[in-house]
Amino acid sequence: MFITNASRGLPRHRSRHPAERYTRWALRALTVLLVLATLWLVVAFHLRGQWMFSLLFLVLGASLAIVFGKRELMSHRYIFPALAGMGVFVIFPLVYTIGISFSNYSSSNLLSEERVRAQFLDQTYQAEGQAFDFQLYREGDRTRLYLDAKGAGDLEGTRQLVSRPLAQAEAGQPLAVEPAQAAPPGEALGIREVIALRDRLQGLTLVTPDGTELKMAGLRSFAPILPRFEANPDGSLTDLRDGTILTPNQETGFFVTEDGERLTPGWPVSVGLDNYTKIFTDPDIRGPFLQIFVWTFVFAGLTVVFTLAVGFLLASLLQWEQLKGKAIYRTLLILPYAVPAFISILIFKGMFNQNYGEINLILENLFGISPNWFTDPALARSMLLIVNTWLGYPYMLLLCMGLIQSIPRDLYEASAVDGGGPLTNLFRITLPLILKPLTPLLIAAFAFNFNNFVLIALLTEGSPDILGASTPAGTTDLLVSYTYRIAFQDAGQNFGLAAAIATMIFLLVVGLSVLNLRLSKVKV
Amino acid sequence: MAMVQPRSIRTRKLGAHLALLGFVTLVVFPLLLVISISFREGNFATGSLIPERFSLEHWALAFGIPWERPDGTVVQPPFPVMLWLWNSIKVAVVSSLMILALSTTSAYAFARMRFSGKAPILKGMLIFQMFPAVLSLVALYALFDRLGQLVPWLGINTHGSLILASLGAVALHIWTIKGYFESIDGSLEEAAMVDGASTWQAFRHILLPLSVPILVVVFILAFIMSIMEYPMASVLLLDEDKLTLAVGAQQYLAEHNQRWGDFAAAAVLSGLPITLVFLFCQRWIVGGLTSGGVKG
Repeated sequence: MFITNASRGLPRHRSRHPAERYTRWALRALTVLLVLATLWLVVAFHLRGQWMFSLLFLVLGASLAIVFGKRELMSHRYIFPALAGMGVFVIFPLVYTIGISFSNYSSSNLLSEERVRAQFLDQTYQAEGQAFDFQLYREGDRTRLYLDAKGAGDLEGTRQLVSRPLAQAEAGQPLAVEPAQAAPPGEALGIREVIALRDRLQGLTLVTPDGTELKMAGLRSFAPILPRFEANPDGSLTDLRDGTILTPNQETGFFVTEDGERLTPGWPVSVGLDNYTKIFTDPDIRGPFLQIFVWTFVFAGLTVVFTLAVGFLLASLLQWEQLKGKAIYRTLLILPYAVPAFISILIFKGMFNQNYGEINLILENLFGISPNWFTDPALARSMLLIVNTWLGYPYMLLLCMGLIQSIPRDLYEASAVDGGGPLTNLFRITLPLILKPLTPLLIAAFAFNFNNFVLIALLTEGSPDILGASTPAGTTDLLVSYTYRIAFQDAGQNFGLAAAIATMIFLLVVGLSVLNLRLSKVKV
Repeated sequence: MAMVQPRSIRTRKLGAHLALLGFVTLVVFPLLLVISISFREGNFATGSLIPERFSLEHWALAFGIPWERPDGTVVQPPFPVMLWLWNSIKVAVVSSLMILALSTTSAYAFARMRFSGKAPILKGMLIFQMFPAVLSLVALYALFDRLGQLVPWLGINTHGSLILASLGAVALHIWTIKGYFESIDGSLEEAAMVDGASTWQAFRHILLPLSVPILVVVFILAFIMSIMEYPMASVLLLDEDKLTLAVGAQQYLAEHNQRWGDFAAAAVLSGLPITLVFLFCQRWIVGGLTSGGVKG
């Protein structure tokens, strides 16, 4: 243990080796570059109105500048990169998730209010009332459009327009039209030729000298494209088609008409505790939520019990000195741990398949039964527990073997002298001695299985579904997979609700890990 | 030890062997079955463990080679398995190297230096390490979505985002390396510093060469964890040619188009190397895991 000279405030030592001095300058330049890059991100996010991200990078850049700028913080330079990684990718997402849980962030309330407003103002409509009939006139190899105002409608007094030759239109560029008194020279094309050119015409945008754009509105007409909404000074929008006024509602995050109709998309606004009260009061959410909550505890608890039982039993057998071939048994027994989980889970998915899976084939041949592993809730849950025990017992086996080995041999000898049998040894010596160091690890295993997302996602995807749930919820879903489905698989993508459930799991995990730290008495 | 054993011990030994053999069969059966299925003809063939109708079709497809059946139809590989494997390895190598760099330097400071805030930071890391990334996926998605609008190579559907996101999981590795550093006597570094070496030089030229074994182990650990990472990759990667193996492999067993045989070959091909690496390094990996409880 030492305190660096720099932290003590001792003067800088000037290296005699030029190479070292250059490295120092290179490092300083790198730091400055990184600080400038984060500052650029801060400004860019700020300009887009995303203050959370702007703040994140401001904190990151400022701490980078301070830690690498002050010599006294020399020791902190070593830990800064790792802490920054954890800060940005573990702690920030956590805080951000808690923040989202108080908002209505979802697929319909995704963009900021300015972006939503801009999107509305970008919307256009084709003014059918001001449509023009069109005809194509061909003169030699030049084809032009001739537009003639239909009925009373016209475009600021212009009734007839003639386009430049179609051949001059470049892809994606509007084609200019000019006011005219009469049809252009050449012969008018019949409807059959117009149909032949339809694709070409549909992709065409015409533009008048004053900038109004026209697009094809039917087989015989072109109509001008006009902006649909107009911004009013008080922040509301006017629908130019029918004159309705849309006012922004900051409580729901939508533009609403006078009779209360919402227009999507909206923007995220704070909804207070709404998401949390919804979980506990909305019957369509509360029912499935409670069911999943209970099942998550049952699943994690039973997994720990089963894996521990199997692991401990095997460990006791493998500790038996008179048994031969222990090394081979041990290697074979930890195989499930060595195979990547995403592969072994999928192997089980195939093996449990109701139609061609090997497990049902064997059961069919032996007992004449063929269980519906994926459609019956109870069977699906048993399948999860079987698979998870297979996946998880090697961890317990390794733990138990290590712990049993650390028990002093003479305890057993003393017990043998006093006439103790295997059962006495087990309950009076082995179990009491390994349970204490094992407890924090069991809690960690519980927490891991509580959040065992990969198993559910790859094996059952939560199915079979709970009937009558308004969010996607399955009888085998754990809280994490439920959260994931609400956020990423549901059509509504209700991020706010998902974040509220995630926040509740956070609290549980904090509780578990504090308990864990207490029990394991970590020495720092 | 007594050479003559009572009969009861011998029957007990026999019983133990039988029980162990039975259990080993249960454990190894799925793995042998998959190897067997990968050599069977067709996607839904059933039969004994030793394939009756031997075929290399699934293996050819797994390697990305179109396969011509005896009746003349040519089967195209359903998924780019080799590309997925390459993506996985690429992401895993880069992220493990970065994780190694981050955790080695901080473990050095935690093991050797005295500075303010050390104990709370270490404890805090242990607590935050227990939060699964699945729960912050919404936030991570939002972060990379916004970041991608400014820096395209860090956006959604890039490997850059996946690599960067994995840098949060360093706490466990810091603890592992810190423990190793603490087991090395500091007098060598002190001697170097007395002779005028800077802190960094003592670390770089004295301690690091002594710690190569633990660095290798942590690299392999991080590599395996990155290969097996599923939740973040499933949200951050979208296109088929961008997927990692962990996300891509499940497409073989999609709801309406299950390719059991093709999956078996791909699973053996990609799972075997990882399994062997794991078995080879299990001694150190187990040591690291018992202190953290990551997989179980």
